[in-house]
Amino acid sequence: MSAAPDHRPTFARAGLSDRLAPWLPLLLVPLLMVFGWLAIPSTSSWLTLTVSGLAMGMMIFLMASGLTLVFGLMDVINFGHGAFISLGAFVGVSVLLALASWTAAASLPLNLAALGLALVAAVLVTGTMGWLFERVIVRPVYGAHLKQILVTMGGLIVAEQLILVIWGPAQIFITRPEMLKGAVTFAGAALEKYRLVAVALGLIVFLAMRLVLRHSRIGLIVRAGVQNGEMVQALGYRLRLVFIGTFVAGSALAGLGGVMWGLYDEVITADMGASLMVLVFIVVIIGGLGSVEGCFLGALLVGLVQNYAAFLEPKLAMVSNIALLVAVLMWRPEGMMAVVKSK
Amino acid sequence: MKLLSQDRPGGPLISAILVLLLIGLALAPFLFPGTRALDTAARICVFVVLVASYDLLLGYAGIVSFAHTMFFGFGAYGVALTSEHMGRSFAALGIGTLSGALAAALLALAIGLFSLRVRAIFFAMITLAVASAVAVLVSQMSALTGGEDGLNFQIPRALTAAQKYADFKLFGVTLNGKLLNYYLVFSCATVLFLVLLRIVNSPFGRVLLAIRENEFRAEAIGYRVVWFRTGATVLSAVAAALAGSLYAIWLRYVGPSTVLSFEIMIDILLMVVIGGMGTMYGAVVGAVIFILAQNYLQGLMGLAEGALQGLPLLPQLLDPDRWLLWLGVLFILSVYFFPTGIVGRLRRR
Repeated sequence: MSAAPDHRPTFARAGLSDRLAPWLPLLLVPLLMVFGWLAIPSTSSWLTLTVSGLAMGMMIFLMASGLTLVFGLMDVINFGHGAFISLGAFVGVSVLLALASWTAAASLPLNLAALGLALVAAVLVTGTMGWLFERVIVRPVYGAHLKQILVTMGGLIVAEQLILVIWGPAQIFITRPEMLKGAVTFAGAALEKYRLVAVALGLIVFLAMRLVLRHSRIGLIVRAGVQNGEMVQALGYRLRLVFIGTFVAGSALAGLGGVMWGLYDEVITADMGASLMVLVFIVVIIGGLGSVEGCFLGALLVGLVQNYAAFLEPKLAMVSNIALLVAVLMWRPEGMMAVVKSK
Repeated sequence: MKLLSQDRPGGPLISAILVLLLIGLALAPFLFPGTRALDTAARICVFVVLVASYDLLLGYAGIVSFAHTMFFGFGAYGVALTSEHMGRSFAALGIGTLSGALAAALLALAIGLFSLRVRAIFFAMITLAVASAVAVLVSQMSALTGGEDGLNFQIPRALTAAQKYADFKLFGVTLNGKLLNYYLVFSCATVLFLVLLRIVNSPFGRVLLAIRENEFRAEAIGYRVVWFRTGATVLSAVAAALAGSLYAIWLRYVGPSTVLSFEIMIDILLMVVIGGMGTMYGAVVGAVIFILAQNYLQGLMGLAEGALQGLPLLPQLLDPDRWLLWLGVLFILSVYFFPTGIVGRLRRR
């Protein structure tokens, strides 16, 4: 019998570039800001654009986060997600219009209370609708992507038309609450107050979401479910319930985003959700389907690129996002922070 | 049978329906006099090709695209732009058609290679994004494309009603350029449909079916899934662009709402699903039913709305403008319960 060949396995520490690779996407946002600063001649307009880009990104993040988690958990791609955005906007704006005396008053607490109530109403209604949507539309087509895409698209059409039936075909104009109008001047740049509110709200939601996902039991189950659903089920967790919960939460967040966007644009239409879905899809693709952090970064990138491009070359604003998508997918075909599925 | 690529409609009832439809379309100017009827017939011919090309993608390759109207629009704008800049001539029509189809093929190749290489599901989202970007671009570049108003252009006189070919009337129909134009559309549509039927019944089409049924296995057998899917995308894009050119030649007008809008994309989806995915003949049945319904049913809905005035909510639900609502419901129900559509149903008998 011959001796085993000489073999001394060693653990080599991964090289610097390998260890840095997962964090590279984090650099993209500051990098893009620096690029914007170099490309845009005046610093004050750069600051204005950056803040509005971040605000836009935060709102898109609100809408996109639910979609990406739902996909990660159950492999369900919901093309009807836009319906929640529109519905949220309509419910929220109706509440704001009903509370016109609160929003017109020049008192910040009253204004914020009206906005808060509108957000709560939108969240409740879209959450309920998300639950219904999951039950009626999505449940029968688990595991079949083709049918999912078709059926959820059908759901989007029906929901949009129902909004038109209820609220009528005219677009609704809405003004922001009194104290959120106008801008504050900072370092020579005009920063709209409402955009600052949007940035703050987006950050709060993102941090809360991260907290839940990273530091709670349910978050652990969700993250585990995204990586390997079967194993989580085998361990005795009813992933279906978790999934329904995620779906409802995701729909509610989309509704929240819808209200914020409606106030940002100051006009709402039934098809606003469907047109926003274009940006939402770009965000979830470049972020990596299933990854909340990737979605957040993607949303910020999309918001910034859109605003910079709209300033530098207005006609290219829409195309710029496609270019961003192409660039990111060339670099990382699965998205910036792809979720590693153990299959 | 050679003409049908050995792919029979299957079942006597569906064959009878298809033959009737073919005769109806072939003799449409004589059977259904009037401009509106002829317009409807031409629209049906164009949409049969458009829907069949979409079926190649959805029903055979099993991938969902939302950019089909974009390719349709490429063909239409190709013809419109060349006719505008080169003057009215058959050369302009030909060059416009070819360049539109070429542009569609190139873009389809790029999108396909780019998005199908990772996940087929990306394709649906990316096509949606690209299509809406192109729609925005077209409406913004108004100097070139006419923006929201679109472009009116002139086609050769030989294809317009101004050109008379005979002094007498044949079965009460004037033999003019308009009639010739209709038969141009009809014959091109027939040829394109037969070509598409040939494609899905070719070895290439079989591989597409294999990929649809089991992607992993097809790859394991040795077929490059990406290339086959991209190939299907390119072919269907070219067919859609050609249909777009036909439509532009017929209408002598292109505009975002007639050839590019997302509503048309939804119409196509509905036609494919109602007619039957993965059957090709479903495209014919679906397009005919849908377009007839669109033209004539909305009037009925208006009547019903008027009759129900005073009742709560019902009039709003039956408003002709809300007809998409009912189509959406129908669409969801048919995906659930009749995924093979009318043709699939009739075939099984």
